[in-house]
Amino acid sequence: MKHLLSAADLSREEAVGILDDAERWAATQGREIKKMPTLRGKTVVNLFFEDSTRTRISFETAAKRLSADVINFSPKGSSVSKGESLKDTVLTLGAMRIDGIVVRHSACGAPYQIAHSGWTDASVVNAGDGTHQHPTQALLDAMTMRRHLVEGDVRGQDLRGRRVTIVGDVLHSRVARSGVNLFRTLGAEVSLVAPATLLPVGVDGWDCDVFLNLDEALDVAPPDALMMLRVQRERMSSAGGGFFPSPEEYAREYGLDTRRLARLASHTIVLHPGPMNRGLEIASPAADGPRSVVTEQVANGVAVRMAVLYLTMTGSKE
Amino acid sequence: MAVREVLTGPDISRALQRMAHQILERNRGPDGLVILGIPTRGVPLAGRLANAIAGIEPDWQVALGQLDVTMHRDDLARLPTRPLGEIALPADGVEDATVVLVDDVLYSGRTIRAALDTLTGLGRPRAVRLAVLVDRGHRQLPIRADYVGKNLPTAAAERVRVFLTEVDGRDGVAIEGPEQ
Repeated sequence: MKHLLSAADLSREEAVGILDDAERWAATQGREIKKMPTLRGKTVVNLFFEDSTRTRISFETAAKRLSADVINFSPKGSSVSKGESLKDTVLTLGAMRIDGIVVRHSACGAPYQIAHSGWTDASVVNAGDGTHQHPTQALLDAMTMRRHLVEGDVRGQDLRGRRVTIVGDVLHSRVARSGVNLFRTLGAEVSLVAPATLLPVGVDGWDCDVFLNLDEALDVAPPDALMMLRVQRERMSSAGGGFFPSPEEYAREYGLDTRRLARLASHTIVLHPGPMNRGLEIASPAADGPRSVVTEQVANGVAVRMAVLYLTMTGSKE
Repeated sequence: MAVREVLTGPDISRALQRMAHQILERNRGPDGLVILGIPTRGVPLAGRLANAIAGIEPDWQVALGQLDVTMHRDDLARLPTRPLGEIALPADGVEDATVVLVDDVLYSGRTIRAALDTLTGLGRPRAVRLAVLVDRGHRQLPIRADYVGKNLPTAAAERVRVFLTEVDGRDGVAIEGPEQ
């Protein structure tokens, strides 16, 4: 696998293989010496055109634990602020013989463009492009779900028969798109829950169930994993941006509050890709409670990204 | 292609039995022994060697594991991406143990170099020894085996194939090479 651009590109076998590898990398992270020499001599650039804390630090940690050299790039303080194009930026990196590019960009398809335009030979990993894809997030969510929802030895197992319910701002969410692709590939049933204003056009063509009412979704299709999406205020014009009447109403209709938390089955886990808007899509008792696996998601993110960097950056070129 | 069978199933059993005695002799008994197989075929060999040791010293608390070295290999950029294997240590780990690494064929020595680096990340054994079923020469690193099933002088163009029942359905060692 030379690039990882979309969760939709992965077959069931590839996805299960990445999750199994991630478990092996996770086992190395409990040791005194967490650093492996696997990618020694390789250089990875974190090319982040959008703000990020956990994804960038997670990729940086993963690359450093594999002994790669990591260069962080942000548009502020770079030539992008002088108007340099994506092409020229990537050509510059290509000339510096960079081995891997982890890219986040507000434009859907930017990672695909970088990987397939001939600007660089580097392996490209998509760390989020616009509202399109965020494949490593879907993988770390799947790893977290598999650990909690599959009994016994998780290796080789998928999520067959489990129900994943994704709630909130589906319209702006690459996490939701990647998640629907990957969880379906792994055999899970997926429900999307959102107000009609926050559902993308054509969602009825997606391979999942769609609900407009959260309480109905919890009754009709009880989830094994409940994933609360962040309300992406930066992609909306004002407080609710006209997508919903008020934050209070959104929290009442679609937030995970203590009342809804109490209705979940005893084994159901609560996920959130972060950063959390506490009191909006998720109440603090849900975010900090025993069902919450939010910090595990972060830990698993490093292991998943180690697996992805290993798979994309080792192996002879043809 | 010429194929020459050099060890049969019974030959392998006898060699492992002898190596078990040698390991116990050198270690003055089974105390602190940890047997670690290197995937793929080192793992069943390590199991058989541990069985042989337990057969001689029935009181030995069998300490058997496997050590995948892929993460520490130096040829990751040259070969197709290799699948990761499992690392499984006995409950007490390798700290202050006498670790016996077990592999099927000792050739360049690079796998053993990677195994030593992998071990460093897992603990500090008192000593590390190496047991191989076949030593075929052509070392590229200053590494030697402590216990050898059979020394097989080979040409670099030849290939040593080890077959084990657990993996291949039968036991045997063969040399494949170009016609003379």
